[in-house]
Amino acid sequence: MSTALLEVDGVSRIYSRGSLLSRRQFAAVDRVSFGLDADRAEIFTVVGESGSGKTTLARMILGMVAPTAGAIRFKGRDVSHIRGRRARLDFMKEVQPVFQNPFEAFNPMKRVDRYLFATARRMAGLGETAAIADAADVALKSVGLSLAEVRGRFPHELSGGQLQRVAIARALISRPALLVADEPVSMIDASLRAAIVNLLRDLRDRLGVSIIYITHDLATAYYISDRLLIMRRGEAVETGEARAVLDRPQHPYSQLLKASVLPPDVPSEPGGRLRADPIIPQGASSHA
Amino acid sequence: MTSPVLAVSDLRAYYRTSAFGVQREVRAVDDVSLAIQPGEIYGLAGESSSGKTTLIKTIANAIQPPLQVLAGSVLFDFAGQRFDIHALRPRELAAIRWKHLSYIMQGSMNVLNPVRRVRQTFVDFAFRHIGRPLPEFLDVVRQHLQRLHLEPQVLEAYPHQLSGGMRQRVTIALATVCRPQFIIADEPTTALDVVVQKGVLGMIHEVQRALGSSILFVTHDMAVHANLSDRLGIMYAGRIVEEGRTADVFRAPRHPYTTHLIGSLPHLGDAAPKQGLPGAPPNLADPPPGCRFHPRCPRASDLCRRDVPALETDASGHRVACFHPATESVAESIS
Ligand SMILES: Nc1ncnc2c1ncn2[C@@H]1O[C@H](COP(=O)(O)OP(=O)(O)OP(=O)(O)O)[C@@H](O)[C@H]1O
Ligand SMILES: Nc1ncnc2c1ncn2[C@@H]1O[C@H](COP(=O)(O)OP(=O)(O)OP(=O)(O)O)[C@@H](O)[C@H]1O
Ligand SMILES: [Mg+2]
Ligand SMILES: [Mg+2]
Repeated sequence: MSTALLEVDGVSRIYSRGSLLSRRQFAAVDRVSFGLDADRAEIFTVVGESGSGKTTLARMILGMVAPTAGAIRFKGRDVSHIRGRRARLDFMKEVQPVFQNPFEAFNPMKRVDRYLFATARRMAGLGETAAIADAADVALKSVGLSLAEVRGRFPHELSGGQLQRVAIARALISRPALLVADEPVSMIDASLRAAIVNLLRDLRDRLGVSIIYITHDLATAYYISDRLLIMRRGEAVETGEARAVLDRPQHPYSQLLKASVLPPDVPSEPGGRLRADPIIPQGASSHA
Repeated sequence: MTSPVLAVSDLRAYYRTSAFGVQREVRAVDDVSLAIQPGEIYGLAGESSSGKTTLIKTIANAIQPPLQVLAGSVLFDFAGQRFDIHALRPRELAAIRWKHLSYIMQGSMNVLNPVRRVRQTFVDFAFRHIGRPLPEFLDVVRQHLQRLHLEPQVLEAYPHQLSGGMRQRVTIALATVCRPQFIIADEPTTALDVVVQKGVLGMIHEVQRALGSSILFVTHDMAVHANLSDRLGIMYAGRIVEEGRTADVFRAPRHPYTTHLIGSLPHLGDAAPKQGLPGAPPNLADPPPGCRFHPRCPRASDLCRRDVPALETDASGHRVACFHPATESVAESIS
C-alpha cells in the first residue's frame, strides 16, 4: 500500500463522562474507516450530527488524541507512534489543522501574527524576517486579508470571520499535503465563503493538497467535495461519492439531514419551517 | 404603535488604539439608528468585519477598551421601566443581565468556566433568577436542555468534554432558561448540524412567541434569517445600509450590497459556487469617502464618491442608504 496518503483503519475512541457515581463509557468515534490516495488529491468531507465525533476523528488524524482501537497511518506511518520533536515537526509540515472555533483555538494573550511567523519559521523553514513576513502576507492575501491589517493584533481585536481566515492562512504557510479543516468557514458570510471554498478547490487542483473538510454546510459540501462521510453518534452511517450521497441519501439519518436544510427564502408562514421534530436527546447514554 | 423596547439613536462606537506609535481609529459603528418592538425578532446580517459584533456589544454594554462610544444612545424600555444602558452602574447592569437582557457572545464559550461542571455554571448564573428550590430548578434546567437535544448528563460534564456544538447549545440554554425579555445573540448556531439547528431555532421561536420577548440576532446564515426574523438589517462597513421586513429584503433588495448578498446564497444542489464580491472589504481605519460601498458598486456615480447617502425611509417603512437604489421591479428582475 505505498500509494496511500492516509489510512483510517477501524478507529474508535472511548470516553467516559458523568459524576463519580454514574460514570458512563461511550464511543465518541465508533469503528470508522476510510482512506485517501496519495496520487489523487481530493476533498473528503465529513458532515453529521453535532457531537457525533467529527472533531475527535480530526484530532486522532492529527495525532493529538490516540485511538482506543484501530489505527491511523499517514504515508504508511502510524500517527500515534510519532515521537520526538523532529518527527513531530516533520509530520506537522505535511499535515496542518484548522481548528473549530477560532475564539477557542487562539491563545487570547498572544498576538495572531506570532502564529503565522512561528509557522513560517518552523514549518516552512524560513529564516529572514522579510521572507517570513512575505510568506505570512501571501497566505493572508489568499483569504482576503493582509499582514498590514493583522499585524500586532490580539485575537479579540479581530472579527470572527477575520480570525477564522487567519487560522486558514496559517495552515497554508507550510504547503501541507493534507489539510484537516474543522468547520473552517462557519463564521464567514456567503460571498467570502464562496471565495474561500474556491481557494480550497484550487489547493486541491493546482497544488495537489488533500483536504478533510468538516462542515455543517451541505450546499458548499455538495459542490466542492469528491467524497462525503456522514456521521451520527460516533458511527459512519453513509459514505460515497458526495453528489450521489446528497442527491439520493440512503440511510434514514442522511435523509433527515438533507430534509432539514433550511432554504434561504422566506416561508409563507413565519416560523413555519421551524416546528420542532420529535426530539432525540443526545449525550453520554445515547452512545452507550 | 407601542413604544419600542430598544431604541438605538445615532450610535457611534470606534476602537481607538495606538500601535507602533501610530494613532488608529477603527470606525466599526458609525451613526447607526434602529428600533426593535416588543415581540419582534430583528436579524442583523452583513459582510464579515462590517461591525455587527461591535454594534451589539455596544447595545449590550459589553464595552471594553479600546472600544469607545463617541455619540448616540441606547435606550431600553421594559414595560415602562426605562433606562439608558450606558448610564447604568455595574451593579444595576448585573441586576438586569440574564433575567431581562441576555447576551450570547460570538464564539463564546467564555461564560463556561473550564474548571466547573456545567451544572455549577447553571447554578451560578440562573438559580437566583428562577426562584425555586434547587431540585426543582434542576428539573427546569433538564427539561430546557432536552429541548436543545441535550441529555441531562451534560450537566455533569466539564466544558472540554463536550463537542463545539454541545457547548454552543449549553450557552443558548443559559441565556434562555430565565426567559429574558430581550435576547441578544451573536452567531449562536454556527456549530450546529441542520437537524439540531432547526430544533434550537424552533425552541427560540416558541419561547419568544410565548413570552412576547424580543430578539436581536446576528448570523451569516441567511436561511436562518429568512426563517426566523421579522425584520432584517444589513450592515456594510460600520453602517446599516438597508433595513426592512425580512420578506421584502429577500424578495426585493434595494441596496446593491444586499442584492449581491441575496444573489450569492448557495442552494443545496448548486453545481458551482456563486461569485464572491469583487474587491476587498474596506479598511475601517481609513474608509472610502462618500458611500463606503462605492469602490465595489456597479452603480457608483460621482455623487456616491463624494457624499454619504442617508438611510431614507419609504412609505412602507423600508430603509435604504443609496443614491441609486433598485426600484422594486429592477430588484425583482435581478433576484
Ligand atoms: N475529552 C473528552 N472527554 C469526554 N468526552 C468527550 C471528550 N471530547 C469529546 N467528547 C465527547 O465525544 C463526543 C463527540 O465529540 P466531538 O467533539 O468529536 O463531536 P463533533 O462531531 O465534532 O460535534 P460538533 O459538530 O458539535 O463540533 C461528544 O459526545 C463529546 O461530549
Ligand atoms: N478590540 C479591537 N481593537 C481594534 N479593532 C477591532 C477590535 N475588535 C474588532 N475590531 C475591528 O472592528 C471591525 C468590526 O469588527 P466586528 O467584530 O464588529 O465585525 P463583525 O461584523 O462582527 O464581523 P464577523 O462577521 O466577521 O464576526 C473589524 O475590522 C475588526 O478588526
Ligand atoms: Mg466539532
Ligand atoms: Mg462578529
